[in-house]
Amino acid sequence: MNKLKEKAKELLSSRAVQVVVGYEEGTGGKIRPAFVSRPEDADKLLYNADCHHNLALYLYKHETKRIGKMAVVAPPFVLRSILILTTEFQLEEDSLVVLGVTPEEELIEFANFKEIETWVNQHPIGMKEKDREMLNRLNAMSRDERWQFWQNEFSKCIKCFACRGTCPMCSCFRCTVDYNAPQWISVGSHQLGNFDWHLMRAMHLAGRCSVCGQCGEACPMDIPVHLLSFQINEDIFKMFGSRAGLTLKKESLLSTWKSNDVENFIR
Amino acid sequence: MKLIKKEDLPGLYGYLASAGKKIFAPVRKNGMVSFSFTSAFEEIEMSYIQTKLSAKAAAFPKIEKLMKYTIQKEGQSYEPYDVEKFPGIVVWGAHPCDAAAFHPLNAVFTWETHDKYFTRRLENLLIIGLSCTSHDEFCFCTSVGVHPGDTKGSDIQLTPLPGGDYLAEIITTKGEAVAAAVPALFSPAPGLNKEELVTSVEKRFDHEALHAKINGMFDHPVWKEQALRCIGCGACTYVCPICSCFDIQDEGGIFGGLRYRCWDSCGFGHFTIHTSGHNPRESQDTRWRQRLMHKFSYQPQRQEVFGCVGCGRCSRNCPVDMNISEHLTQIMAV
Amino acid sequence: MSDNIYQPYVMRIEQITEEAPDVRTYRLRFTNEEEASRFVFKAGQFAEYSVPGEGECTFCIASSPTRDYVECTFRKAGRVTGALATLDEGDTLGFRGPYGNIFPIEEWKGKNLLFIAGGIALPPMRCVIWNCLDTRENFKDITILYGAKTVNDLVYKQELKEWEARPDVNLVTTVDPGGETPDWKGEVGFVPTILDKMAPSCENTIAIVCGPPIMIKFTFPVLTKLGFPDEAIFTTLENRMKCGFGKCGRCNVGTVFVCKDGPVFTYAQLKNLPAEY
Repeated sequence: MNKLKEKAKELLSSRAVQVVVGYEEGTGGKIRPAFVSRPEDADKLLYNADCHHNLALYLYKHETKRIGKMAVVAPPFVLRSILILTTEFQLEEDSLVVLGVTPEEELIEFANFKEIETWVNQHPIGMKEKDREMLNRLNAMSRDERWQFWQNEFSKCIKCFACRGTCPMCSCFRCTVDYNAPQWISVGSHQLGNFDWHLMRAMHLAGRCSVCGQCGEACPMDIPVHLLSFQINEDIFKMFGSRAGLTLKKESLLSTWKSNDVENFIR
Repeated sequence: MKLIKKEDLPGLYGYLASAGKKIFAPVRKNGMVSFSFTSAFEEIEMSYIQTKLSAKAAAFPKIEKLMKYTIQKEGQSYEPYDVEKFPGIVVWGAHPCDAAAFHPLNAVFTWETHDKYFTRRLENLLIIGLSCTSHDEFCFCTSVGVHPGDTKGSDIQLTPLPGGDYLAEIITTKGEAVAAAVPALFSPAPGLNKEELVTSVEKRFDHEALHAKINGMFDHPVWKEQALRCIGCGACTYVCPICSCFDIQDEGGIFGGLRYRCWDSCGFGHFTIHTSGHNPRESQDTRWRQRLMHKFSYQPQRQEVFGCVGCGRCSRNCPVDMNISEHLTQIMAV
Repeated sequence: MSDNIYQPYVMRIEQITEEAPDVRTYRLRFTNEEEASRFVFKAGQFAEYSVPGEGECTFCIASSPTRDYVECTFRKAGRVTGALATLDEGDTLGFRGPYGNIFPIEEWKGKNLLFIAGGIALPPMRCVIWNCLDTRENFKDITILYGAKTVNDLVYKQELKEWEARPDVNLVTTVDPGGETPDWKGEVGFVPTILDKMAPSCENTIAIVCGPPIMIKFTFPVLTKLGFPDEAIFTTLENRMKCGFGKCGRCNVGTVFVCKDGPVFTYAQLKNLPAEY
């Protein structure tokens, strides 16, 4: 995408930003995140449909922030993540230049976050077909069959926390599992501990997930952990009619009380 | 040099199984090949480039019970699990990288004090190595002192022949004991050049030169650059056949429970955090530096073993393509 | 006791002393006589103290090996120390050790000793102080400089009185400015400042320093200024530990494992270590 490279060069040469966070080619044709600080390196930036990492996760890390002001190459799911993170006080508008990129490989220079909010509402993202099929299959199973399915999947889990590491919304400086007094979630890889971790994480992401699917993509054991959050996402849409990452309102779906909250669980 | 025919392999498997051994072999399941305990020869995948997880779990499992503890009115007690009861394990079909990895792993667990949980498992371990006839772009064993036909660490080494049979080298006394128990399975080998049968992995750098260079690079800015995309997970550590850092945890109820150890990683942000909140390695670049310097500088200096066998698993499984041989080549070039 | 390096001894708490807010000393006795008779340790070594169900934590053995008991002093700070702090006399705890290297007291014979400690870092020094006092004839002048944030935070208050009363020990205590009470008779000032004021001679003297990182940072330059060579300055380090014997990887700093090559280091050795502790 030449426009992207040109824009990156321009931003870096004019010192409008000190680093452009984007994508580059890695080993064997794989795509990986890239951090470009020098205008001459901007040629390695690319964007295509294979670019799947959710770069929003680097935007609040102190290791990237210490380089200086950032520009980020942002496909639609990254735009959604940026909005979610902004509503959670993790990102500030003036610290970031957002270079939107679309599946049609167009470059959109957003002047402000309001424009991002407008754009994402006009361009909804759906689930990938294979994920929708998998969810349908899981929902068609009996409870026991589903339990068996996840028991089998979680038995592979090695508690490497790649799912957590790759998720922008896992932004807690100290994760629940890093606390030891009490040790809320077991760090060892055993059946109970693995369920604890994945279910706890799915609940912490409820209402906040940008449906990028990177947690499942990152898992070295190929566990489709993203399906847990995808399902919760669908449930939340049914219950509350909303999806994450579509608003700049500093309100969290599950922790902001509203007087018209449905309370039919109180009998 | 002996020969095992393709049709005799199940016999070898059967003999070992009947001798009470548990056979840990590459199995294709859920779309990936990984070491698993098997119950039949047919489950084994003999031709693979690299497994997902290494074979280290045969001696250093991802979670391991150390002891039971009880809390009574009169006091507390600790009852370690009886290591004598550990079954003998056969690691079947470990490529030279995995077989060679048990040596540096052992160096850690026998460094002045002996960790019986590990040493007992290793004593009872039989390793049937499998030379490599192919490799991919992530393999770099020849840059770290291992090669595709290496027999270091194997008790018996199998090398695939074009027709489906295997060359069998009997390396150690453990291997000899097995060959002596089932002599009918081993026939004399035709005069073959093993060199021609195994694949050839291009050397990217020299490990001694790397060690000499990296020793002086603690303050080099390269770590900050390389570590930018690292997400601080433990994937590289856990798939590595040599990484051995672990955590010890107690889990139980009011009257007792279990003390276990489980894999841990120096890549995690809170690996080194003090109770006071002070963290000696606060940024990912210091943790990335620790990983590489421990493997290529500190461990070779202290324990005289190299911390890497070039299996490439870390690079294959890293969610952000932290390709270690690429990073090391960059380090050699700065 | 098996040859299982992870298995703790079971110790009974014989006596508890409340040293300072949240700081306690436990005097421990082995519940197994045979283990007690085989147990040997030297000043400087540490142990892993175990509360089953909570975990293990690391701190020094605070009593001298010249005594027939084992003592530890700790501040309630986290999960395991929090659980330890709920124990009573008569309760048991687990004890794994001794681990680590030792203060090379044999090499200090005939020399003057200058002990400098701050706050909760007196316990790691107490073992070596008492070890030297119990073999007093081996050393020349012994000076102890100890400071804490406030008068209340001084630990081993009873022993400080004993040391003060001894004619063969020169004890100087100090509290941080603002930490003194109306009847405080000691010095007022940070430990490095008082050290500078005291200006002890470096001639044939070994300095042993232990304190919070900030105190150490400012004390070393004073000692260097006073002429102490790096090899004559000793300290004991802390780092996050789990196993205690160099296998779990946590306390690895450069080529050194604090649990095996330390916790006692000279300033000369520290200068060669990367600042990752």
